[in-house]
Parts: sequence; C-alpha cells; structure tokens
Amino acid sequence: MEILIYGTVNSFKLILIAFGFTLVYGVSRLPNFAHGAIFVFTGFIAWIMMHKLNLPLLPAALLSLAGAALVGVLIYQVILKRIRGMNMNEIIATYAIGVAMIETFRWLGFKGTTFTLPVLFEGMLFIGDVPIDYQRLMVVTVGLVMLVAVWIFTKFTRTGLALRGIAQDERAAMMLGIDSDMTATLAMALGSAMSGLAALMIFPLGSIVVEAGYNTLIFALAVCMVGGIGSWGGTVLAAFVLGFLQVITVTYLATHFQMVVTLGAIIATLIIKPSGFFGKHKELEERV
Amino acid sequence: MKTGMRKERIDRGIKVRSDSIYALSSWREISYLMAPRALLVGGFLLAPLILYFFPYWQKVLLIVCIYALLSMAFDFLANYVGLVCLGGSFFVGVGGYGAALLNKYLHFSPFLSIPVAALGGAAFCTFFLLPCLPLRGVYFAIITLMYPLMMTRIIEAFELFGGTNGMMDISGFANPWVEQYFLIISTLVFLFALRRLAVEDIGLVIKGIKDNDQSVRASGINITVVKAQALFYASFLGCFAGAYLAHTYMWAGLSMFALDFSIIPIAATVVGGGGSLLGAVVGAILLVPLSEALRAFGPLRIVSYSLILTVVIVIKGEGLLNYLSRKYSQFERWVEI
Repeated sequence: MEILIYGTVNSFKLILIAFGFTLVYGVSRLPNFAHGAIFVFTGFIAWIMMHKLNLPLLPAALLSLAGAALVGVLIYQVILKRIRGMNMNEIIATYAIGVAMIETFRWLGFKGTTFTLPVLFEGMLFIGDVPIDYQRLMVVTVGLVMLVAVWIFTKFTRTGLALRGIAQDERAAMMLGIDSDMTATLAMALGSAMSGLAALMIFPLGSIVVEAGYNTLIFALAVCMVGGIGSWGGTVLAAFVLGFLQVITVTYLATHFQMVVTLGAIIATLIIKPSGFFGKHKELEERV
Repeated sequence: MKTGMRKERIDRGIKVRSDSIYALSSWREISYLMAPRALLVGGFLLAPLILYFFPYWQKVLLIVCIYALLSMAFDFLANYVGLVCLGGSFFVGVGGYGAALLNKYLHFSPFLSIPVAALGGAAFCTFFLLPCLPLRGVYFAIITLMYPLMMTRIIEAFELFGGTNGMMDISGFANPWVEQYFLIISTLVFLFALRRLAVEDIGLVIKGIKDNDQSVRASGINITVVKAQALFYASFLGCFAGAYLAHTYMWAGLSMFALDFSIIPIAATVVGGGGSLLGAVVGAILLVPLSEALRAFGPLRIVSYSLILTVVIVIKGEGLLNYLSRKYSQFERWVEI
C-alpha cells in the first residue's frame, strides 16, 4: 500500500519534471539540456522573492514561473536560433548554459540545505494507514491538472494545434503559415515554465540544492528516453514505470541504488529499443 | 559587357603539394609546409625547459597534455567516426583505476602499469560500449554520458576500491623530467599516429562510416568491427591519460569519473576546431592554462568556461584552428575578368 501511494506520488514528480523536456523536444526537436538549471533557477528565484522582497507565496510563485518562461525564451532567441539543426552544438550549448546557471547560484553562495520553500497547505491525512502530507497530494493533483491542461490546449486551441502541426511535419506546417520560430519560442517558454512548476511543487518537500539541477536533468532524460523522446503518452507511462521502480528500489535496497536504477533504465532502453515505448522514430533511422 | 574585378582564392597548401613533383624540391615550399608542425613539436619539447623556473606551470603542462589526449579521443570519435562521446571521464576513470590496481596489487612500475592499464582499459571500455555502437547522434551521446555516472554510483554503492576515499599510495615518477617528457613525447606520437591512421585505408573506411554507414556496409565491410576498432583507439588514448593521471596524482578516486574530463575536452575541441585532431590539441593548450588562471575564482571558473564555450559555438562554429589554417594557406586577391 505504501509502495502504491508513494510510487504514484513519485511517478507524478517525474511527470512534472520530464513533461517540459519532452514538450520542447516533441514540438521543435530541441534537446533543452538547460532543463535542470531552469528547475533550480525557479526555486531560487521564488526563494529570493519571498525572503529578500518579502512577497507572499502566490505572487512569488507566479513571478518565478514567468521568470522561468522568460529564460526559456531568451535561451531560444539568443542561442538556439542561431545553431538550430546542428544537433551536437544544440546539446553542448544548452548544457553549457545550464551549467553556467547552476554554478552561478553556487558561486553566489546558494549551497547547503538552508534554502526551503514553504508548502501551500500544511498538514497530512491517512489513506488506509499510510500517512501522506498535503504537499505530496498537491504534486499528484497539479500533475493531473497539467496533463489535462496540455491535452485540452493541444487539441482545442489554435496555438496548440499549431504546436502539434510543427511537431508532426515542420515543412507542411510552415506552408500553412505556421511560424516555426514562434512555435519553438512558445514551446521553450512552456517547457521552461513546466520545469519551474515542477520546482515549485517538489522543492517544498525538501530543500533547494544546486545539485538538484543535474539530477533533474538526468531524471528528465531517463523518463524521455524510456518513454520514447517526444512521445507524450510514452512519457507518462515511463514516468510510472520509473517512479515505481525507484520507490521499490529505495524500499528494498538502499537510497544509493535509486540513481543506478535510473541510469540502468536509460542504458537498457537505448540498447534494447532505442526508440523507447512509443517512440515515433523508425528503428532504421537510429540503428544501422 | 562591363569589365569588372572578381575575387580569386588561391590555396597555397594545394599549390605546394601539386605544382611540382615534390614539395621537397624547394626549401621555401618545404619550410612552408613544415613550419606549423615544427612549431608544435618544438614548442612542446621546449616547454618544460622554458617553464623550469615555474614548477607550478610545469604541472599545468602535464594537465595540458592529458586534456590534449582526451580532446584527441573526442575529436577522433566525433569527427572521424561520427560517434559523439560525452563519456570521456569513463575512459579516464577506467584507466586510472586500472593503473592504480596494477600498481598497488601487482607492484607494476609506472612505465609498465601505464601501457598495460591503457591497453586493458581500452579493451574494457570497448567491450562495455559495444552494445551501444549501433546507436547514433544524440542517443550515443546520452548513453555515453550515463556510463561514468553509473560507474560512480556503482563504486559508491558497493564500496569498491576504497569507495568514496579512493586508492592512495600509488607510486609516482621518481624524476620530474622523465615524467614530463614521457607524457609529452607520447602525446606527440599519438597525435601524429592518429593523423596518419586517418589517411590510411582504415581511415577512409572510418570516414565513410561517418558519412554513410549503409553504403559502407553495402560494400561488404563489417562496420561494427571497424567502429569497435576506432573506439578502441580512442579509449586507448583516454585510458592512457587516466593511467598517467593516477600516477601523477599518486591517487585514484571517484573524481576521475567527474564531468570535467568529459566537458573540457569537448570545449577544447569546439574552441580549437574539430576535424583535424590538431585543433583539439590547440584547444587544450588554450583552455587548460586559462582554467588554471581562473582557479582563484572557484565556481566562477566553470561559469566562465561554459560561457566561453557557448559564445564560441554561437559565433565561430568552425573553431580557431580551422580559421587560422584557412588564413595560413589561402590568399585572396582581386583579378580582372
């Protein structure tokens, strides 16, 4: 029972973390390796707003989400736009920017475990005999709301349909008057904001540490790889598989092995079926 | 029709090699061809003597050579074989731990343990990366990024080889001159050997695999074997660097799997210019002293590093050496039509 509940919570954490990454990659084939950095960035910005500017939680959260989206837009407009299509350079450039952001925070003295965000609702309840606090329930709720929102957005709004159009066939979409750069910017903004949302949901459970940036990136990569890069259904399924796998590992082995399982999942997936559960790429394109 | 001028570009490198029977027939041409190479070799050989009064920078020179080896391995894999490998630290760690184990338990001297660890480590790395060889592009990059992380976690979790403390008391080199010249000469030998390899038959096959692996396979060549061979060469360089590092620091530990050994060689290759192996070495010569000079700034070092890397990628994608060599060998002039 405990595994069931905490596995679900952990799975939704992973969904929150990975969905922004897979959105950006799915729409415009941009691997945003600064994803983890934006995650940490949002956490620290929210902290700064609350403790230095004495803002209440909600405005601080909204402003830091806007900040995350802005960073996403800037990364696209300043850097990625110029090197788009050069796969390797995209990875190296976004990763370098991410490292620069994370290490800047470290340099500014944001290290240790003294930085925490408050939870929205205090308290806990019991499901059966398993205690669970409201923040963890919030993670699940927000995750569900986000999934539904994204689904509605991409199915029923013009902008959302444009995103899907670009994702399916960039040239055809451009012929119909959809601006590729605009959608990529929008996707980066949305993806970064989602990363920020994940940060605001997950950081109150522990403290804000810079190392979370690197771990988040690995988790996001793991989920996307196992689910098939760019496939949204696959991402959700993979988040559940990995989420439960992690909780089971922690319960029966040790916390040490959590990362080993995650990394092992990536390696195993890439070797056995590189396109993931629902990858859209044809096998031949990746394999010889 | 109006007469006008047009720009003409002459490539001296091609002219020198193709105009007469041999470039050897003229002193001017041969010195033109040899000058850059002589500058590199001479510079490397003289550097320890020049730096004699700065013992600290002599150490930096060793690190330059180690990163030059790693950058060459990255450049070779990325721009010749077409495998972008983000796992340079996997090679370093395997080589380092290998040398440490050989030295500690079998009491090999550094001159024996380094080559043995390099060969054995290369075989180890090739064996473990073998299943990933069919992958390409981003997929290969991500999986190789995962290998060193995985190794760290495994060593941590099982407390292998001294666990998080690493292995101490590895014998170092007795003589600092031997230590420096052994590494410098090996670096130069590997550089020119690898460049030579690239123009031999096997090198052509390797480049063919990068451009179009299906057509190489259609020619009846087993591409997995060739790729594994290329991977072996590259990981040999990486493991050699790692083994050397273990004996220089007299220590092998988890930080040998650290991201530095993966990121800085990539940065060096990007800054120096990929595709010639020389560019990778030039990049290492530029970046490593820079990073030493920035050491005082702590974490800011990595920040400035990353920023330089990003700026170079965005502004000058071709790299420094490719730009310079174009300027060195090509002349532009206006001619009348």
